Amino acid sequence: MLTDEEKKEILEEVKHYPSPSVACIDALKIVQHHRGWVSDESVKDISEMLAMSNEEADSVATFYSRIYRQPVGRNVILICDSISCMIMGYGLLYDYLSEKLGIRFGETTSDGQFTLLPVSCLGDCDHAPVMMINNDHFNNLTIDKVEGILNSYK
Amino acid sequence: MEKPLSKHIRPGSPPLNLTEYLQAGGYNGIHKVLKEMAPAEVTALVKASNLLGRGGAGFPTGVKWSLVPMDKEFLKSKYLICNADEMEPGAFKDRYLLEGDPHQLIAGIIIAAYAIQAEKAYVFLRWAYKKAEALLRKAIDEAYEAGYLGKNILGSGFNLDLHIHSSAGRYICGEETALLSALEGKRGIPRAKPPFPASSGLFGNPTVVNNVETLSWISHIVENGAEWFKSLSLTGTGGTKLYGVSGRVKNPGIWELPLGITIRELLEEHAGGMIDGYRFRGLLPGGASTDFLTEMHLDVKMDFSTVGAVGSRMGTGTMIILDDRTCPVAFIHNIERFFALESCGWCTPCREGLPWVEKILASVEEGTGKMEYLDILKFHTKYLGPGNTFCAHAPGAAEPLQSGLNYFYDDFVKHITEKKCPWR
Repeated sequence: MLTDEEKKEILEEVKHYPSPSVACIDALKIVQHHRGWVSDESVKDISEMLAMSNEEADSVATFYSRIYRQPVGRNVILICDSISCMIMGYGLLYDYLSEKLGIRFGETTSDGQFTLLPVSCLGDCDHAPVMMINNDHFNNLTIDKVEGILNSYK
Repeated sequence: MEKPLSKHIRPGSPPLNLTEYLQAGGYNGIHKVLKEMAPAEVTALVKASNLLGRGGAGFPTGVKWSLVPMDKEFLKSKYLICNADEMEPGAFKDRYLLEGDPHQLIAGIIIAAYAIQAEKAYVFLRWAYKKAEALLRKAIDEAYEAGYLGKNILGSGFNLDLHIHSSAGRYICGEETALLSALEGKRGIPRAKPPFPASSGLFGNPTVVNNVETLSWISHIVENGAEWFKSLSLTGTGGTKLYGVSGRVKNPGIWELPLGITIRELLEEHAGGMIDGYRFRGLLPGGASTDFLTEMHLDVKMDFSTVGAVGSRMGTGTMIILDDRTCPVAFIHNIERFFALESCGWCTPCREGLPWVEKILASVEEGTGKMEYLDILKFHTKYLGPGNTFCAHAPGAAEPLQSGLNYFYDDFVKHITEKKCPWR
């Protein structure tokens, strides 16, 4: 069941488009914003609200990389693994984070605190290597810097 | 040297708010257009300026606008879309404009929408650009409050509604027609052209999709004229360009410079040359989907036609530098892995070919490659090239691969004969 708040926010987006199903991606993002991820049940609820078939909504939900179809940790760490960050050594940051948190890309710590994911170019290549944690952007990273940032999310 | 696009950008400080922007004469172009110019005159002016699209393809902006039907019956159903889905690895110029001067972009959107008589505009924004989103939302709210957006703008009778659609990921959504699919709330899959968006775009209606940097130019061209715009470039193409450099250079960054400066000037004067101890080996001039250039190309002028003439593309104008301590095979593998992951899966050559290329490159990089693999890679650069796929995604992926095989062939061979990566 979608909450009243989620429904209200989705309807707000629907206003900007000629038909409800156009707001499908916005709706998925709204649900994810409130719940951290989008379950099969939520996809079904969204499809009913936006007058589209469940399969149609599911096809959209599975296409976009920033819609999570599995639960994620309270904090999602996205490390850019694209070319400029590769040249500038994102690999060392990954090794550090992976060892420190005891997880690899795609995994969540057992306490549910952190999920570690790769992400494509974040458009800050002149300050590589870069990463995001939740909605926050960090650049010119070094292992020392990452250690400090990580502690601030614990 | 004039720097119209970045003159109000103060890195580290917030962008100008509407009051400050108006004081700086920022929205003068809107007043001029709405009071003095007919839509067709605006399009003719942009056409005369020879503004080439700054998203990477370099298509003439005025020509794109002139393809939109102007009959009265279309008035309520045309769309102007700002493509702010910057995601090409190595590209970071639109972010600079979005965060640095959102009102400049909004002014361009209003004038462009007026030129094609669209009453609805969307900014299709990269999901990761959270700061840009917040700043742009604030600027849009200010523009609504001051009557620059909404009904009957400045009493002209022209209406425009502007809404931000923040995307949910996937590089392919930056492709013009895939963007339309995504904006319609569907899977972001490209469409066959023709029909072109100008006649059948968003929801089947006439639509223009322009890049952030392109639209940021519009108010300046309206205020200063086509000849002024042309005079800004060194090669007659028109305008300045936001150029960027990333990689192992002393001073990576972004600069607004006359269109047509040489690669050497950009690399040595602005980016400060290579970091001590690193040697230059090559570069991708305009993002991950452009062909490598090497030392012999350093005096090539960075504009669309000149870079094209030496077998690459200026693309976004943000270059990525390959140094001698980075393995070229690993470099190319990283790029091809990106393209394989980001293929939308709609057409077979791209969906099946790119993962194959990625696996072969991984094998070469790991030291388990064979000489015949290089022929398979070469075959793919043709098979994935223009004319075989639905959109430009796979042909773009083929560019660094074909030129990389050409310029760094010995390095590929070394991986195979030595059965390991010489850089590890």
